[in-house]
Amino acid sequence: MIAVSALARLGARILGLLAALGRFAAFTVHALSHALRPPFHGREIALSLLQIGWLSLPVVGLTAIFTGGALALQIYAGGNRFGAEEVVPQIVAIGMVRELGPVLVGLMIAARVTSSIAAEIATMKVTEQIDALVTLSTDPMKYLVLPRLLAATVSVPLLVAVGDVIGILGGWFVSTQTLGFVSTPYLRNTINFLEPLDIVSSLTKGAAFGVLSALMGCWFGLNSGRGAMGVGRATKSAVVAAAVAILAANMALTEAFFSR
Amino acid sequence: MIELRGLAKSFGANRVLAGIDLDVATGESLVVIGGSGTGKSVLLKCVLGLIEPDAGTIRLDGQDVTHIPRDAFLSRFGMLFQGGALFDSLPVWQNVAFRHLKDRVPRAEARTRAIETLARVGLPARTADLYPAELSGGMQKRAALARAIAADPQVIFFDEPTAGLDPIMAGVINKLIREAVTHLGATAITITHDMTTVRTVADRVGLLHDGLLRWIGPADDLDRSGDPYVEQFIHGRAEGPIAPLR
Repeated sequence: MIAVSALARLGARILGLLAALGRFAAFTVHALSHALRPPFHGREIALSLLQIGWLSLPVVGLTAIFTGGALALQIYAGGNRFGAEEVVPQIVAIGMVRELGPVLVGLMIAARVTSSIAAEIATMKVTEQIDALVTLSTDPMKYLVLPRLLAATVSVPLLVAVGDVIGILGGWFVSTQTLGFVSTPYLRNTINFLEPLDIVSSLTKGAAFGVLSALMGCWFGLNSGRGAMGVGRATKSAVVAAAVAILAANMALTEAFFSR
Repeated sequence: MIELRGLAKSFGANRVLAGIDLDVATGESLVVIGGSGTGKSVLLKCVLGLIEPDAGTIRLDGQDVTHIPRDAFLSRFGMLFQGGALFDSLPVWQNVAFRHLKDRVPRAEARTRAIETLARVGLPARTADLYPAELSGGMQKRAALARAIAADPQVIFFDEPTAGLDPIMAGVINKLIREAVTHLGATAITITHDMTTVRTVADRVGLLHDGLLRWIGPADDLDRSGDPYVEQFIHGRAEGPIAPLR
């Protein structure tokens, strides 16, 4: 009897999860469909580009430069064990562009942007500002969701590109200043080693992570519970869901691009 | 004209509206009173399409809108929310001019109109560039009222317009609502606990209790309704058919 009850509870949880996934998929399709239908709130889109793209540059830059430097040190130390220290420029480049650049930028965006979107929209919900939008003949999907979704889709790949470059430069700085590498050959090896597919995969991941970050923030914000606790829960859930979705999507995209 | 027939709404096992029948004529000011949690806000949100009713019909100007968007209705509608619901990312003038800006009125003209509307509710022009968080509670309420009436709506809803205000500011808001309704000739539904608001703004009054309109009649008949629910409510008595704990 206990086993049946436990099974029933498990089944109910799985059904609940599937229903939530279905609602999220419908929300995603609905949000994306607004990208094809005017009116568009240009001012909101510009503000979102500023908030999500431009103002995230410092945190992305700092994350990338420290990661690139640490990566160079680790590769040098590991390569030293079997006399392969000279591969530092190539491995730093491929490591940053294919994996660390997109993933770390994605996670920083989840921390900085998804949390901000979820908290802002959840607060608007609990203070009836979203109801007020509706009474002013304004669709919240168009006014709140679409600008953030478009801005994240456009700006996160650009942030990833910036993060890739800064990360590589972090590795270059550490390698030339402390590991004895010569600057010009280091940079030549980096550029020669990278292939167009590496860059395409990096930017594609950035776009996908941007979409996921914005969608999670909007979804959990719009579905928040009441009061300060509801806003807090929505924010926490949005960041966790965005981070997990980014890591899962990263694995799927790596598989799609590089498994032969 | 707003017509509700058999409007019902439950949240889980909690039956909030149990079959509301109500007509509000064009140009009429109806006030709905009732205790906390009796479904007054749910009633308004059903009319606006913010909450889908479980049963019943909603007709606006003769059209059944129960399950369809109310775009035409909302385009000539204004609402004052209980907490103001001003957009805190926008300065006051952009809140007030929100509908004008949406309708592509030039920004300079929209700003001028917003400042004129702020003056109508007793707010000086210098408040136009402040953000809602920089205003006192009473000023926020007046700014929210300015937003509600800015586009000269034909229908206005007021949700607890004096909640949280001191008696003097509540009197100011009540007077402004009465003036707005009279000046605009608008149809108004107000929900409130505040008997001063009822006596200031109502043409007709309805008492909502246990999901039903227990009594509805002209505001002048409120004191001689003979209904025990109304008697208890308007005199604020602890004893009577309305249980303090609901």
